[in-house]
Amino acid sequence: MFIALRDLWFARGRFALMATVVGLLALLMVLLTGLSTGLVDDNIGGLRGLPVTQFAFSAESQGKWNNSAVDKDQWEAVARTPGVTAAAPLGNKLFNGQVYEDAGKAGQARAEVLADGKATTKGTAVDLSLFGIEPGSFIAPPPVQGDALGSRPDGVLVSSALAKKGVKIGDTIVLDRVGTPLVVIGTTDKANYGHVPIVFAPLALWQEATYGPPGGATAATPLAPSVSRLATAVAIDAQPGTDFATVDQQLGLRTISKTEAFNGSPGYAEETGTLTMIKCFLYLIGAVLVGAFFTVWTIQRKSEIALIKALGATNAYVLRDALAQAAIVLVGATTVGVLAGRLFGFVIPNGAPFSFDLRAVALAGLFVVLLGLAGAALSTRRITKVDPLLALGSAR
Amino acid sequence: MSIELRDVSLRFGDGDEEVVALDHVSLHVPDGELAAVVGPSGSGKSSLLAVAGALLHPSSGQVIVNGRDITQLSEKERTQARREQIGFVFQSSNLVPSLTATEQLQLIAHIDGTRPAAVRERAAALLSAVGMAHRADRRPHQLSGGERQRVGIARALMGQPAILLVDEPTSALDLARGTEIVQLLATEAHEQGVATVMVTHDDAMLQWVDSVHRMEDGRLREIPAVAASRSV
Repeated sequence: MFIALRDLWFARGRFALMATVVGLLALLMVLLTGLSTGLVDDNIGGLRGLPVTQFAFSAESQGKWNNSAVDKDQWEAVARTPGVTAAAPLGNKLFNGQVYEDAGKAGQARAEVLADGKATTKGTAVDLSLFGIEPGSFIAPPPVQGDALGSRPDGVLVSSALAKKGVKIGDTIVLDRVGTPLVVIGTTDKANYGHVPIVFAPLALWQEATYGPPGGATAATPLAPSVSRLATAVAIDAQPGTDFATVDQQLGLRTISKTEAFNGSPGYAEETGTLTMIKCFLYLIGAVLVGAFFTVWTIQRKSEIALIKALGATNAYVLRDALAQAAIVLVGATTVGVLAGRLFGFVIPNGAPFSFDLRAVALAGLFVVLLGLAGAALSTRRITKVDPLLALGSAR
Repeated sequence: MSIELRDVSLRFGDGDEEVVALDHVSLHVPDGELAAVVGPSGSGKSSLLAVAGALLHPSSGQVIVNGRDITQLSEKERTQARREQIGFVFQSSNLVPSLTATEQLQLIAHIDGTRPAAVRERAAALLSAVGMAHRADRRPHQLSGGERQRVGIARALMGQPAILLVDEPTSALDLARGTEIVQLLATEAHEQGVATVMVTHDDAMLQWVDSVHRMEDGRLREIPAVAASRSV
């Protein structure tokens, strides 16, 4: 690195320009990685948080949450399958609702919904993802504040994301169109699904809201018995290597791993696919850019390389020097870019889906460096091809 | 520590297009002598240096540096020979732009893999010998043409070469500076006992050299008379 370091200093203007671009690239990479991690959290964080190894969907659903419905017989049979430690029904549906602090207003709003389909008494509008869970089952969320699920039949736990928006224990959420009232009895950790905060309800309440008539069951319009047997999917905790092929065949289910089930969430594959594509392009641009720079740089110092070779330096010596130089520039610029990205992460407004995952960011930085080195390696052939004979004569 | 070319020929191309750059050239320069090769441009002077410096492989003949025939060596061994046996002083000095005068000399040791302890002192001594001690920390663009050439000579001596090959050292210099450089080369050749071959087109410099050889159309012959007139 005798010449590499001195050339770096000597041509610091040129190298600073290139390092700036690489640094900005690394910064952009960190922001994209943060956005990507944040979006994933926002989309399927609630699913990922469940102590589940697999989900079983109805066979015809293709593993899509929106299309699936499973029956009580099915989740009970799955629970009896060898290797399965626990299996429980999970209901999943997106709703809009209005939040009321005052129970009286909530009752009034519910009456309005039932009378002409919408509430004129306005509360705070919220989007929520209603998860139906059997109280006491292995996926029942532990309350951070308040009571556990099942303490009262219409009681729900809300994600801390909703609590942050001002929903408190004791509030009532009236679901639009169906008018089902949900009484907030506790909060959980931050849990999102489909970019919307999760509200955990007892399975029976979820079934009523999802499949029941508006206003819920009354003496005049009782719930159809089949409704109380339905959920969206079966949440499974199984030992590694458990074979689901037979049970899928017998029960008409489609069991896939937890991470595969993320792809069945609306928009998940598209979001991650788009970001992955952008990142791949950035890596490619970085590699080509660094390659172009070092190619031009090599051409500029062709006579210097010829001279060093004429003085007795081997190709290996010159290559080592050149690649060490590229490595120094890349590692330095990427480190600065990553640190800048980290600082940037602090000032990103709250609520933007941004989360700084050290491992993902370190990996992105490593890729910027490695692909940059691959680009720089493009110039190595030019270096080995320089003829030391050029040093003689008046070529300079 | 001498250099000898025995019946060396260098041809490019083949058939009707063949160009003969060196035509059965023989040259012997003993230790501590400075030999000049003169001749018009295109006469093969540079080819002679390239062959003597293991940069070009001759079509036939032998090049014996320090008792060893370097035409028999592999590419790798020739690189090693350049590093260990041969010192080059290039036209208009050819220094690495980013290195100071001292570092130009240290680079030779670094390429060699020598530990830096004694390197600093040797570099300082050589720079002082060529009268450049006071400019040791300057980079090439801060030096005059003559100063660059002095650094180039010191660098060529850094690796303790058996032979020194010098390509048109005065081409970018005025008469006074050119004379100083050639006198310096003669002194170093005599004092360090290095066989030195200098290619030049500058007849004014010939009074300082030990022998003069004329190159014409690839053929080399010695001009004996001039050696007698030298005044050193």
